[in-house]
Amino acid sequence: MTAEKAFRNDGYAKVSGRAAYADDFSVAGMLHMVPVYAEYVSAKNLRVHTEAALASPGCVRVITAKDVPGRTHFGQIEKDYPIIAVDRVRSYGDVCALVLAETRDQALAAAALVRVEAEPLKPVLTVEEALNPYAPVVPGYGDTNIVVEHKLRKGDPDAAFAGCELILEEEFHTQTIEQAYLEPEAALCVPRHDGVIEVYGSMQHPFSTRRFSAALLGEPLSNIEVYTIAVGGGFGGKDDTAACVCARAALGARLTGRPVKMTYDRAWSFRESYKRHPYTLKYKVGVTSEGRVMAVKATMYADSGAYLSVSPWVTWRSTAQCFGPYSVDNVHADVYAVATNNIFNGAMRGFGAPQVNFAVESLMDMIAAELKIHPLGLRRINMVKQDSLTVTGQKLDKHVVSMEEVMNRVVHDIGYRKKYEQCSFGKAEGDELYGIGLAISYRGASLGAEGMDFCSCILNGQYDGSLLLETGIHENGQGSESAMILILAEALGCDQKRIRYRRPSTSNVPDSGTTVATRGTIMGGSAVMAAVAEFKALLSAHLAERLRCKPDEVNFHDDKIWGLNYEYSLSWEEAMRELYLQRVTPYAFGSFKAPDVSWDDTNGQGDAYFTFVYSCQAVELSVEKKTGKVKLLNIVAAHDIGKAINRAMLLGQIYGGITQAVGMALMEDFKLEEGKPVAHNFDGYILPRSTDLPPMTGIIVENHDPASLTGAKGIGEPAIELLAPAIANAVYNATGIRAKSLPIKLNPEDLA
Amino acid sequence: MKDYAGPIELSLRINGETRRVQARPGDSLLRLLRERLGLTGTKCGCENGDCGACTVLVDGAPIKSCMALAVECEGSDILTIEGLRGHPVQKAFAVENGFQCGFCTPGMILNAVALLSAHPEEDEEADREWMQSNICRCTGYEGIRLALASARRSLKD
Ligand code: FES
Ligand code: FES
Repeated sequence: MTAEKAFRNDGYAKVSGRAAYADDFSVAGMLHMVPVYAEYVSAKNLRVHTEAALASPGCVRVITAKDVPGRTHFGQIEKDYPIIAVDRVRSYGDVCALVLAETRDQALAAAALVRVEAEPLKPVLTVEEALNPYAPVVPGYGDTNIVVEHKLRKGDPDAAFAGCELILEEEFHTQTIEQAYLEPEAALCVPRHDGVIEVYGSMQHPFSTRRFSAALLGEPLSNIEVYTIAVGGGFGGKDDTAACVCARAALGARLTGRPVKMTYDRAWSFRESYKRHPYTLKYKVGVTSEGRVMAVKATMYADSGAYLSVSPWVTWRSTAQCFGPYSVDNVHADVYAVATNNIFNGAMRGFGAPQVNFAVESLMDMIAAELKIHPLGLRRINMVKQDSLTVTGQKLDKHVVSMEEVMNRVVHDIGYRKKYEQCSFGKAEGDELYGIGLAISYRGASLGAEGMDFCSCILNGQYDGSLLLETGIHENGQGSESAMILILAEALGCDQKRIRYRRPSTSNVPDSGTTVATRGTIMGGSAVMAAVAEFKALLSAHLAERLRCKPDEVNFHDDKIWGLNYEYSLSWEEAMRELYLQRVTPYAFGSFKAPDVSWDDTNGQGDAYFTFVYSCQAVELSVEKKTGKVKLLNIVAAHDIGKAINRAMLLGQIYGGITQAVGMALMEDFKLEEGKPVAHNFDGYILPRSTDLPPMTGIIVENHDPASLTGAKGIGEPAIELLAPAIANAVYNATGIRAKSLPIKLNPEDLA
Repeated sequence: MKDYAGPIELSLRINGETRRVQARPGDSLLRLLRERLGLTGTKCGCENGDCGACTVLVDGAPIKSCMALAVECEGSDILTIEGLRGHPVQKAFAVENGFQCGFCTPGMILNAVALLSAHPEEDEEADREWMQSNICRCTGYEGIRLALASARRSLKD
C-alpha cells in the first residue's frame, strides 16, 4: 500500500499558508532578541560595553558572557563553540552580546550601540597557513591546527604502483557551500509556570537543541522542552547554529522571565551558520593496462574553520568512502580536518561524500581517457559486486549489491553509449559543444561507525479506534512524518486516516539521535516496525478469545482485526474498546538499534556501515563557445533505496538533491575574504532557479534491504553526492577541458 | 500629497476585506502583513527581493512584498495565501508534491496563480522564466512544474 501520489500529513497546512514556522508564532509580552557580533576574525581580551545600548528606548536587557549561568561554550563533539564569546574571538561569526527589547526595531537600534573592544590577532585564513608549524594555533584546545586525523591502510600501494601501466597524480578542490535553507534560523522560547522553558525553533535536531540550551542555562535537560514545528529546510545545516539560536532565546527567557523571540535575517544566517567543508584532495592512482585499479593513495584536507562541530564525522565518511564504489586492494588514505579562523564548517547533506566523489568520479573518466577504455567499461571492471570487499575491508554480503544494475538502468534510459559517441570533445562546427557524462557512487546508510544509532517509537491506541504515533525522527520538510504514517498503516493493515502523528516533544519520546545521514526512513521506519510487533502481540493476546482463535492466529488487514479463517473480525473501534474494558492500555513502545558496525582507528578497516545505497546519475549538457556558459539538457538518476515507501516523495528528494548538486557544480561558492563572508544575501550567493534545470528523470530501484525492518534505506543524501562529477565529466566530453575545482568556470578563450 | 512623517493610518483591501491599520511610512508590505495583520502565511526568506518567499498579488500582479512600501498599496487589491481558499493551484501543489519544507510554497502558489492567468495555455519555457523569480531549495522545481501542468488542466475543465 505504498503511496504513488504524494501523501503528506502537512499538505493542507503548507498549501494554505497555515503551517506555522518559528517566526510565525507570537505570544503576549514577548521580547525580541538580536545578536551583536564581535566584529573581529581573531582577537583576544574582548570587552563589551553595554551602557549606551541599555539606555536606548525599549531596551530591556543586554546579555553578555558574564550573565551566563551555565556553559558559554558547547558543541556536539568538542565543547569549543561559543554560544556567547567570552574573551577570545575566533571567527567573524562570533556573537558577544544579546540585546533584548520590546520590539525588534528597538533591539536592532540598541544593538548598534553596543561597543566592542579587543586586541586583534593575526588570523589564519587558509589550510596551507594553518599547517605551517609556526602558524598561530586556532583552537582553544590542543597544540596544533590539525584537529582531526583519519587514516586508512589496506595493502601496500607503493609496491603495487610498481606493476602499474598508468600512474595518475591529480589534485582537486571543492568550495565552501551554504546550505541556504529558505527559512533563516529563528526561535521562540516561552517560560512555563512550572519552571520549564518551552522552545519552538527552526532547528533540525530537537535533542541537540535541548542539550545546547540546558548547557547554557546550567539546568537539567528536563527543564527544557523542545517542540517540533514546521521547519523551512535544513539540509544538515540546522544543528549547532540553529540550536545556539534557540539556546540564546532560552537564556533570554530565563533571565527576564518573559517569552523571547529571536529571528535571524539572511546576513546573520550567512555570517554565523556553519557550511559545507571545502576540500583539497590529492590522489595518486595506479592502473593496469586493462584498466584494473591496483593502488590508491589519497590525502585530503578539509577546512573545519574556527570550531570543530562534526568535522570528525564528516571527514570520517570521506575516509571510509575514499575511493568511491570501487574495490581496490591497496589503498592508503590520510584525511585531515584543519582549523582556521574561517566561519566554521559542519554538516551538510552529503556529509563528506560529494567532495570525494567529485575527485574519484573525475579520476575514473581521466583514467579511461588515458587508457582509451570506455568509461563505463572501466567502472564495470572496478566497481563493487556481490560479496566484494570495500576499501575498508568490509564484505558486501548482507544486502543486494546493485551497483551494476543501477548504472545499467541509467545507461539504457538516457542512451549513454550512443550519445557518448556524439560528444564534441572540444570540436564543433557551430557555437555549441555537446557532452554527456555520468558518475556512480555508493553511500553507507545511516551513521555507520560515526555515532549512536538507535531510534524509538510510541504507539498509543485510543478508545475510539484512532491511533497516535510518535517517533524520534524529526520532520525537516522531507516528509518523514508522512513516511512513518504510511509504514504504520501498512504494518497494521489499517486505514491511514486512523493515524495521527503526534507533535513530538523532547520530554516525551526518548532521544533518538539526529535526523541526519539519510537515516530517517531506515531508523524511524524500523522503530515503527518494532513498536508494531509489540502492539500486535498485545492486541492478539487480549482479542484472541473474542476472535475465537489462538493469539498467534490473529491477523490485521483491511482495516480490521481478524481471527482464524476470517470467520470473526473486530473493527478497530471494537478492538480498542475491548482492550479498555479489559483495563489494558493499547500502548506500545518500540526501539530499533542499528546492526553493529566496526571500525579500527589505527588502519581504517572494518564494517563501516550496515548497508549501502547504490546510485548513478547522468547528465547531458551543451557549452556555448562564445561565453563558456553551460546549459543542462537532461538528467537521469537511479538509486537503489531498498523499498519505496512514498514514491512521489522519493522522487521529490531525488530532484531536490540533484538541484543542489547543480548548484555545487556550476554556481554556488561561499567566498570569504579575510575571514569575512563576501555574500550577505541571495544576490551574492547564487542558487539554482527554475531556468537552470533541464527535464529530470528519477528511477527507483528496489532491492529490499534485510538490515532494515521495512526493507527501505534512504535517499536524502545519495541524491546530492554525485551529479557534480557527472557534470564535470560531461563538460570534459563537450570541451576537452577537465575541471579540477568547483564550481566549474569555463573561460571562453579556452573554447575558441 | 500625503504627509509621510509620522505613523499613519492606512486602509488596505486585503483578501477582499478592508483592513484599517496603523503603519509607519517605512513599513514594508511584508512586515505589515506579518506583524500587524497576523497574516503570517507570507514568508520572509531574504528581505532583499531575491527569493520570492514573500510574493503576494497586488491587483493581480505578483510583487515581492518585502520590497513594497505598505503605503504604496493603498487603493489596491492585495491577495495573500490566506485569501486563496481551495484554489486549483493549491490543490495541484498538494497532489503533485509541489513542496517539501513548504517555506517557499505560499509565494510560489501566488506567483503560479498569476502565471496561469497570464498564460492559460501550456508553455514550459514561459513557466520556467516566470517562476525563476522564486527560489525553492528543496524540490528542484520538478514537483512545482508538475503542479503547474495539473492546475492548468483543472482550470480548463
Ligand atoms: S523575502 Fe522578499 S524576496 Fe525574499
Ligand atoms: S519547499 Fe522548501 S524551499 Fe521550496
